Amino acid sequence: MIRLDQVSKHFGPLVAVDRVDMEVPAGEVCVLLGPSGCGKTTTMKMINRLIEPSAGKIFVDGKDAASVDEVTLRRSIGYVIQQIGLFPNMTVEDNICVVPDLLGWPRRKSRARAADLLELVNLDPGIFLKRYPKQLSGGQQQRIGVARALAADPPVLLMDEPFGAIDPINREVIQDEFMKLQAELKKTVVFVSHDIDEAVKMASRIAIFRDGRLIQYDTPDAILARPVDAFVAEFVGSDRTLKRLRLLKVTDAMMADPPRVRAEDPIETAVKLMEEHGHASVVMVGPRGRARGVVRLEAVQGRKGVVGDHQEPLPGVVNVKSDLRTAVSEMFTHGLTWLACVDDEGFYKGYITQRGVSQALGAPYKDR
Amino acid sequence: MLLLLAVFACGAWLQAQGFLPSLLRYRGDVLYLIRGHLELAALSGALAIAVGLPLGIVLSRPRFEAYADMVIQVVNLGTTIPTLALIAIAMSVLGIGAPPAVFALFVLTLLPIVLNTVAGLRSVPGYLIEAARGMGMTPWQVLRRVELPNAVYVILAGVRTAMAINVGTVPLAFLIGGGGLGELIFTGIDLMEPTMLLAGAIPTALLAVLVDFAIGQAQFWLVPRGVNPLR
Ligand SMILES: Nc1ncnc2c1ncn2[C@@H]1O[C@H](COP(=O)(O)OP(=O)(O)OP(=O)(O)O)[C@@H](O)[C@H]1O
Ligand SMILES: [Mg+2]
Repeated sequence: MIRLDQVSKHFGPLVAVDRVDMEVPAGEVCVLLGPSGCGKTTTMKMINRLIEPSAGKIFVDGKDAASVDEVTLRRSIGYVIQQIGLFPNMTVEDNICVVPDLLGWPRRKSRARAADLLELVNLDPGIFLKRYPKQLSGGQQQRIGVARALAADPPVLLMDEPFGAIDPINREVIQDEFMKLQAELKKTVVFVSHDIDEAVKMASRIAIFRDGRLIQYDTPDAILARPVDAFVAEFVGSDRTLKRLRLLKVTDAMMADPPRVRAEDPIETAVKLMEEHGHASVVMVGPRGRARGVVRLEAVQGRKGVVGDHQEPLPGVVNVKSDLRTAVSEMFTHGLTWLACVDDEGFYKGYITQRGVSQALGAPYKDR
Repeated sequence: MLLLLAVFACGAWLQAQGFLPSLLRYRGDVLYLIRGHLELAALSGALAIAVGLPLGIVLSRPRFEAYADMVIQVVNLGTTIPTLALIAIAMSVLGIGAPPAVFALFVLTLLPIVLNTVAGLRSVPGYLIEAARGMGMTPWQVLRRVELPNAVYVILAGVRTAMAINVGTVPLAFLIGGGGLGELIFTGIDLMEPTMLLAGAIPTALLAVLVDFAIGQAQFWLVPRGVNPLR
């Protein structure tokens, strides 16, 4: 969708961007990451031609950006900046409708769109449409900045540290909201950040810059698992393995199709099953397969009766959709070595062990 | 300022008590001269706005940034020239009558308008302009929809100051035969006739208040609500 081909930008003697090659496939979020002054903003602004490249070519949707009228190009690209830049002289509604108005949409259509977009970013149109930017909190302004960029439904979004000016708690909330939106809208997003955690959370690909050069361009997991050099390794942080826990899902480390018993099964069956698998316990499921409890080998060896009489509550459960960070945190909080994994309905899907987690982290990085 | 005028008006009123009939004697003259007075103010003011606003806009374009500071320096220097000297210079070049008076008033009024237009436009944050450009506005649209609406309060404040100076200075136009209420004031001084003087001075003061009020109203209604400190 967006392709940079040997793109450079010189400001006098300073080389702000140095022969960057990069391709952002449609529907992906590409985060430009790096220390201050490394050329992230300059790279991004060359895509909508707020800055003209000194050398190289940029293709947007297959077309050479330099050959398209710059005003037309910009109207087809959503743009969000760190200072948000809502126009203080316009109401929220008029701010959102800036690009539709420039494109000459009928008023009724654009205003209806503004109301829809406010709903989309979780603000009540009845309250906010007629307000002015100065009557809004920072977080509300930022949401409207995003809504404004989406107004004319552009296929591409450029976002320069859009959530940088918000306090950490609200930032997480807005990031989550944006990711939910993105899952639905599937825009091609170029996102500037200098926060590795934000990048890992949002990106399908991360581009790490240093002094105007693109050092590594890869999936977040690959960047965390295999930084190409010491600079990248240091930039992503010494806790990069812990950061990967967020990227990996429970399913990545889970033993699927596990042994299980039912309440009416005789104890002998359970003991045999555990010995067969070399397990110290086995999960008991209900008639339709929901995880109900557990029987421990230690507690039932040599006993008689059925499983239902000897079951104990499950020590720990985790949803299969959770990330490994949640799972590991659950294990350490309760001092467990394993967790039962269930789906949204509570059906028993498998189990996850500490060893399984380390193996997942050690395994070759996975492509998303 | 208003208080001062009120005190002044009160004093004038007390003074005028005894003279009321004699003051009314000048009614015809006053009405005629007010017209001339307003014509001078309106003509020079309109000219100053017509020239000052575009000049200020041009000077605030990045391309002319280098010249802008120079021009502003010169303009600032211009404001230090005493009004009377300015009028005298205008007369020596343009002769006697309304044209030199209009010219002198025009120059006097131009300065605050240009200065405030430049200051107003420069105070619009760069990131707003960049956001506007990045969303696909043409330079003209950026000016029309973003820069001017956000600068108009400061620009109108300049117009307000300028017109206050203008209307208050119009009486001096009489000195070079420009007409206006100055005729009553200066003749009143010459003839040691306070009634005549007041017949010129009171309407002059009232006009200044009125014009200030009118532009204040314009500021209230013309400046977009989101950037209007008055509402
Ligand atoms: N208009 C300009 N004129 C001259 N130099 C510039 C200009 N814009 C940027 N630079 C320089 O180019 C380099 C890259 O700047 P850029 O804004 O792209 O950095 P960045 O990675 O976005 O940094 P930050 O995280 O601080 O925003 C910097 O050294 C900056 O000083
Ligand atoms: Mg930047």
